[in-house]
Amino acid sequence: MLPPKVKEQAVDYGEKKIRTEAMDNDKIDQIIDKHGCEASSLIQVLLEIQSENHWLPKEVLEKVSKRLQVPLTRIQHIATFYKAFSLVPKGRHEIHICMGTACHVRGAPRVLDTVQNMIGIKPGETDLDLKFSLETVNCLGCCALGPVMEVDGKHHGRMAPAMTADVLRNCD
Amino acid sequence: MARISSPAELEELRKAILSKRDPNKRCITLCSGSACHASSSEEVAVSIEEEIKKQGLSGEVDFRKTGCHGFCERGPIIVIHPEEICYLQIEPKDVPEIVSQTIKENKVIERLLYTDPSTNEKIIHESEIPFYKNQQRLVFGSNGNVDPKSIDDYLALGGYSALAKALSRMTCEQVLDEVKKSKLRGRGGGGFPAGRKWEESRNAPGEIKYVIVNADEGDPGAYMDRSLLEGNPHSILEGLTIGAYAVGSHEGYIYVRQEYPLAVENVTIAIRKAVEYGFLGKNILGSGFDFNIKVHQGAGAFVCGESSALMTALEGRAGEPRPKYIHTAVKGLWDRPSVLNNVETWANVPLIINKGADWFTQIGTERSKGTKIFSLVGKINHTGLVEVPMGMPLKDIIYKIGGGIPGGRRFKAVQTGGPSGGCIPEELLDLEVGFDELTKAGSMMGSGGMIVMDEDTCMVDVSRYFLDFLTDESCGKCAPCREGIRQMLKILTNITKGKGKEGDIELLDELSEVARDASLCALGKSAPNPFLSTLRYFRDEYEAHIREKRCPAFSCKELIAYYIDPDKCKACMMCLRECPSEAIEGGKNQIHVIDQDKCTKCGTCFEVCPPRFGAAKKISGEPVPSPIPVEARIIVRKSKEK
Repeated sequence: MLPPKVKEQAVDYGEKKIRTEAMDNDKIDQIIDKHGCEASSLIQVLLEIQSENHWLPKEVLEKVSKRLQVPLTRIQHIATFYKAFSLVPKGRHEIHICMGTACHVRGAPRVLDTVQNMIGIKPGETDLDLKFSLETVNCLGCCALGPVMEVDGKHHGRMAPAMTADVLRNCD
Repeated sequence: MARISSPAELEELRKAILSKRDPNKRCITLCSGSACHASSSEEVAVSIEEEIKKQGLSGEVDFRKTGCHGFCERGPIIVIHPEEICYLQIEPKDVPEIVSQTIKENKVIERLLYTDPSTNEKIIHESEIPFYKNQQRLVFGSNGNVDPKSIDDYLALGGYSALAKALSRMTCEQVLDEVKKSKLRGRGGGGFPAGRKWEESRNAPGEIKYVIVNADEGDPGAYMDRSLLEGNPHSILEGLTIGAYAVGSHEGYIYVRQEYPLAVENVTIAIRKAVEYGFLGKNILGSGFDFNIKVHQGAGAFVCGESSALMTALEGRAGEPRPKYIHTAVKGLWDRPSVLNNVETWANVPLIINKGADWFTQIGTERSKGTKIFSLVGKINHTGLVEVPMGMPLKDIIYKIGGGIPGGRRFKAVQTGGPSGGCIPEELLDLEVGFDELTKAGSMMGSGGMIVMDEDTCMVDVSRYFLDFLTDESCGKCAPCREGIRQMLKILTNITKGKGKEGDIELLDELSEVARDASLCALGKSAPNPFLSTLRYFRDEYEAHIREKRCPAFSCKELIAYYIDPDKCKACMMCLRECPSEAIEGGKNQIHVIDQDKCTKCGTCFEVCPPRFGAAKKISGEPVPSPIPVEARIIVRKSKEK
């Protein structure tokens, strides 16, 4: 069993510099230019930054706001409205647990409970060591394999509570 | 590749492609849809390529990675043409044998075939497997034959001939009339007649008009749009272009969820190829008609599947719906006339143009024409995507195609229409699927999710689940939806936790009425459906939860307990070892006892307890018997007595 972690909303992004340094200004400029520097491309720009950097640091949003001439409040609105965006850093391992209807009737809530108990965080949170981030998703579209857990992009199908423990133990 | 500038040139190209293809040449097709991908079809693909080279068959056999074949339960799937030999659940280690036996020696490998569970007979050909045999795969059928990244594959199957026909031999009005005559209804949920929507946009004032593909498939448990877009993207581009021609639009959008990376990739490649070949861009096929398509990725918001919210999201803002006194067909994206249809609706258009409205209206029921793709999931033997003519009884879909319920469990209900739909009980299984029939039964067609539930599924929990989903996904703009659903969820959660009280059902009813009448968009208006339909057919379950604090399906965690029957426990150590919370006391020759304080009710003990003992039990609505004293726990084995 993994040592239980303190329940804690992820750290303030000002302090931890994890993955922020990877996002330099040139890269942001490149992404913005690719989308024609138009305000209507805001969501597409943010999506690309999110996929590149795994989260949206404040300084990056400020830069996007300046370049696209969109007020920061509207960017905040969008970044909090859509599920794809994260305003906090993500852990080294991103766990997604499918809570789609098909997985639900096949026992996804039990899988989620076990994972929560093991790593000590709730969906939407990252542990203090930045090891795990836990998210629930609405449907991964692999209903035949339900319940499905996705760890760092790899699907683990037909999960039972005892099996999740094995998968997580293999993450370092 | 020079752009094709006339229908005649297209036919020449098609002939050239077909002349290079020998229909008798061996071709291995491997399903590479997202579901098979998750069961490592990529590794199978690598070993097929290697093995073909290794066994010196390069050039003699073709290999094609196709989109989803539909039978996701048994993925990864291989079909070998022209014989149509179908192998299921392929692992990389099976590949050398397939190549050396089936490809080289023409021998069929028995163990990889489908076995009919009722007759134990092995079935060789894909089309004879009951799962496929009872379907009518008009829209989805080509998925298993084309490489979605190859436009030539699509052309070889007659692709873009409908577009050529529409542009060269039909006027815009004729195309519109044909679609109206076909009575094609929107496949995304509402079932609004597509032709009427198109006409409204066509007649709306304004030079600039838009056509949009709604691929923001958010219903949990539904994935047919993704599979179509991943597997046969050109059919959607062709349909959209024909629609644009009929409406008079020159700009199209595909709004697709970013959670579908393969669909985004394949449709982007398809657009690039179509532009290169001259099926998109300026002066398409020499007709003088211009049309371009852009892909817009959705950032994850269920409400963006709603037309006005989707269009707001396309504009780069937070996707919130607006009241629709004026239809989006008249004032939509950037306040201009915009036709929004679902992926599957667009994919039907080329068929209608090619084969005619008269052919299309022969399929289906009086008011629902054509076929519908359903994603048949949940507690069902053959999970997968099925395409059936409208009017097929639910029973046939679940038993003939789906192969019934696994584990000998009893069917309880089927949920259709996603979070806006409802549950249909056993007594209505003869219901024929169609837009109006499902609505009458208190559910709806929705985008085509069909989630089968067995006796282990608690209906109160299902309705709580959907309201939880909707609370999370409500955009928060209007109060009846934002507050109403939240309150409904609170009450339902209490009921599933054993804190329900008399009057809860009536209060839920009242809240439902307000949400239904006063919400701004379909999300809120239909949000009470899961509750209302489960109450209609399963009222006794609600009452058992409220009055007896009992969950008849043994599913609600707070209302059940796990208990090991001391008379049946053989101290086999299975549950003791597997329990993730170390809540089971006992040992060798010592009857196991669950420490109820430590137990997290994960159910592992219940699952691992060997069926021949059947000692682990679920109990609900009654107190857990107190553990037997420690000294009574010793089991004395007969063998030791001797």
